[in-house]
Amino acid sequence: MIRSTHLPLLITIATFLLAYTLCGWQYPAMLSTRVLANLLTDNAFLGIAAVGMTFVILSGGIDLSIGSVIAFTGVFLAVILRDTSIHPLLAFALILLITISFGAAMGAMIHYLEMPPFIVTLAGMFLARGAAYVLSTDSVPITHEFYDTLQSLYWKAPGGGRFRLTGLIMLLTFAAGIIAAHRTRFGQNVYALGGGLQTARLMGVPLAKTTIGIYATSGGLAGLAGIVFSLYTSAGYSLATVGVELDAIAAVVIGGTLLTGGTGFVAGTFFGILIMGLIQTFIVFDGTLSSWWTKIVIGGLLFGFILLQKGLTWATTLRRKPAPEFAAQS
Amino acid sequence: MASAIGPVLECKGISKFFPGAIALDAVDLTLYPGEVHALLGENGAGKSTLIKCLTGAYRRDAGTIVLENREISPNSTQESQKLGIGTVYQEVNLLPNLSVAENLFLGRQPMKRGLISQRKMHAMASDLLAEFGLVINPAEPLSSYSVAVQQVIAIARAVELSGKVLILDEPTASLDRDEVELVFSVIEKLKARGLAIVFITHFLDQVFEISDRATILRNGRVIGTRRLAETTQTEIITLMLGRQLEARVQDRAPAETGDILVELRNYGRRGVIEPFDLTVRKGEVVGLAGLLGSGRTETANLIFGAIQADQGEALLEGGKISLKNPREAVAHRFALCPEDRKNDGIVGDLSVRENIILALQARQGWFRPLPKAKVNELAEAYVKALDIRLASLDMPIRLLSGGNQQKVLLARWLATNPAFLILDEPTRGIDVGAHAEIIALIERLREDGLALLVASSEMEELVAYSTRVIVLRDRRQMRELKGEEITTANIVSAIADEPMAGAVR
Repeated sequence: MIRSTHLPLLITIATFLLAYTLCGWQYPAMLSTRVLANLLTDNAFLGIAAVGMTFVILSGGIDLSIGSVIAFTGVFLAVILRDTSIHPLLAFALILLITISFGAAMGAMIHYLEMPPFIVTLAGMFLARGAAYVLSTDSVPITHEFYDTLQSLYWKAPGGGRFRLTGLIMLLTFAAGIIAAHRTRFGQNVYALGGGLQTARLMGVPLAKTTIGIYATSGGLAGLAGIVFSLYTSAGYSLATVGVELDAIAAVVIGGTLLTGGTGFVAGTFFGILIMGLIQTFIVFDGTLSSWWTKIVIGGLLFGFILLQKGLTWATTLRRKPAPEFAAQS
Repeated sequence: MASAIGPVLECKGISKFFPGAIALDAVDLTLYPGEVHALLGENGAGKSTLIKCLTGAYRRDAGTIVLENREISPNSTQESQKLGIGTVYQEVNLLPNLSVAENLFLGRQPMKRGLISQRKMHAMASDLLAEFGLVINPAEPLSSYSVAVQQVIAIARAVELSGKVLILDEPTASLDRDEVELVFSVIEKLKARGLAIVFITHFLDQVFEISDRATILRNGRVIGTRRLAETTQTEIITLMLGRQLEARVQDRAPAETGDILVELRNYGRRGVIEPFDLTVRKGEVVGLAGLLGSGRTETANLIFGAIQADQGEALLEGGKISLKNPREAVAHRFALCPEDRKNDGIVGDLSVRENIILALQARQGWFRPLPKAKVNELAEAYVKALDIRLASLDMPIRLLSGGNQQKVLLARWLATNPAFLILDEPTRGIDVGAHAEIIALIERLREDGLALLVASSEMEELVAYSTRVIVLRDRRQMRELKGEEITTANIVSAIADEPMAGAVR
């Protein structure tokens, strides 16, 4: 069943398909499974973080801390695996606990102190980045055989594409995110918050629980993204992933989620990530273009999607249905 | 109608005090199952305070609320909802971005294996809305439906959650006629189900159309409860306004009318006020009478361009003019003293002097400041002429009394030397002395040849200074009273839409 609210999502998917067709037409090699596999692997950490960001933005908030949290996670893992002998799985559990608590604490501040999310997560951004510097200012390599095992896990598709574990984790995260958004009460409450805080309160939505849950989710997913990033780079570096929060916001908006909250889809964010990855891949294939063109194209796309959203909002308010079926009944 | 059965809700002696004011004074209200009970009263009569005490938004200071023979004291709207009292406000309190079904079942969605079953939820929503005679797609977002449909959905949700008493707080205020029918048909269905419904509105026609009984509040007290089948609109209005209606003919100066200054033809805006014709002559005071919500303020704002008209034309001394915004109106030497003095009129922290010259300076343009000497001269002249009592011209205007604030506002517009002055409730909330002075001032301005349009709920006042009175009702001009016809009794009967009492009652 297609509803009018699905329109932004459909437009995002259409944009992706169109862009991919154009890319494939120019460079047929881009249609190979190898490119597709790399698209997933290269953007895995960003995609996972963007799922969390989608929930935050759907609720009408923003989380600026995720780039710093990813970097902190990387440094934390590298340092703890270098200096202690604990198993990486235990380290993963530990860092997820830390990042979830960190997000929950920010959510609690936003709710109980009635602070704007922008300020609270900005503070979180500095705090997490600073904590990463405290652990180490240098890039710390990770050399643990368990990391090698994880990195060697892949499924080789016909055509030579290697679909790695990290890409699978991203896909699973998106699947879980989609189910959580539409099929759980938590997800519905997130949408309710984005629709209007006061109204949501009057309708009995547990605001504290939901707000804390949202930022805990975002923090935890940033932690997971950090784990994936450390698998991707085999190192932890406190200067890494600066500005990733902004890339995640861009992916969410290109995916059709309204920045004002309340409307959007987790699935849209997935295609937003793919579109951004595609632009990057295209520029690599072209070879002559500067990598800054990625930013320019993403900027243009963002403007385009913001205009589109505004237009759709106008269109829906213009054609309200008066319920003609009723007149026939009475 | 169902008085044989016991009441579902009984309030006895409800009182609520605010610092320096008694909002409710021992109010009784009894609701029977299957009745629509209208709650009537002008602004500040205590209707919303009573509702808030009932729904737990306020804590009452005295009195008991008995719901089905059990005394209750709800602390929050949620709690009263659980007990069985649901409320629907004029502003639909639902989430526009969620689907209809999600709005209906938020927080109590049907679950299947730990996940929300969308299919079951949509089916339940369809069934529920069908009971209310609404056949719509529950998967569509709420915002894609009209306000009336949203209102019905809000009612459906409230009834689902509570199911004993339903309070409708001005549910029809922003609906047009067809949409009101939709809401009313739903109310009829709920009535048949045995709910007790409290209906609050400013539209008397609607009260008589749908309600069984009405309780009239004034100044925090119950003035009376009437069966609507046994009463008239005139009686209800008399109770609401609470004045002895004497048809006394005021010794009024004969209406020496000058040339036509302003003429409006078929002027109006959909959903705000129905198109009307209006002429105002020089040296004439045209009164606008009507109950709250009848369109007095809307008419004033429309003429001043604060609300844009979407049809009709405006003429000034025979020439066509446009009144798209207040700036244009001011350029044509129009002036408006608004009803809501605190929010729309004064700039509280600016000095009296600055408040007086505000409109003049705005018209002149901010880059050509008035010379200081001129400002002082103007301000002092008006303070003297209007007898504004203040310690100094430099004191912030918010420290003045209501009457003096009103005079400063009048001074502000008189300083622009207007030809057409619109006053909206010029005497609201000011003391008796200042009241008389304002009325005298209106008389003086009329004699000076100004054209005035005065909207007021004070009928004696309108009778005292108007050369003509236009009576509004349900956002429509009902009748125009001239000369000898201008009596409070005639205004009331015009508001009640009954034949004019030809002579003295």
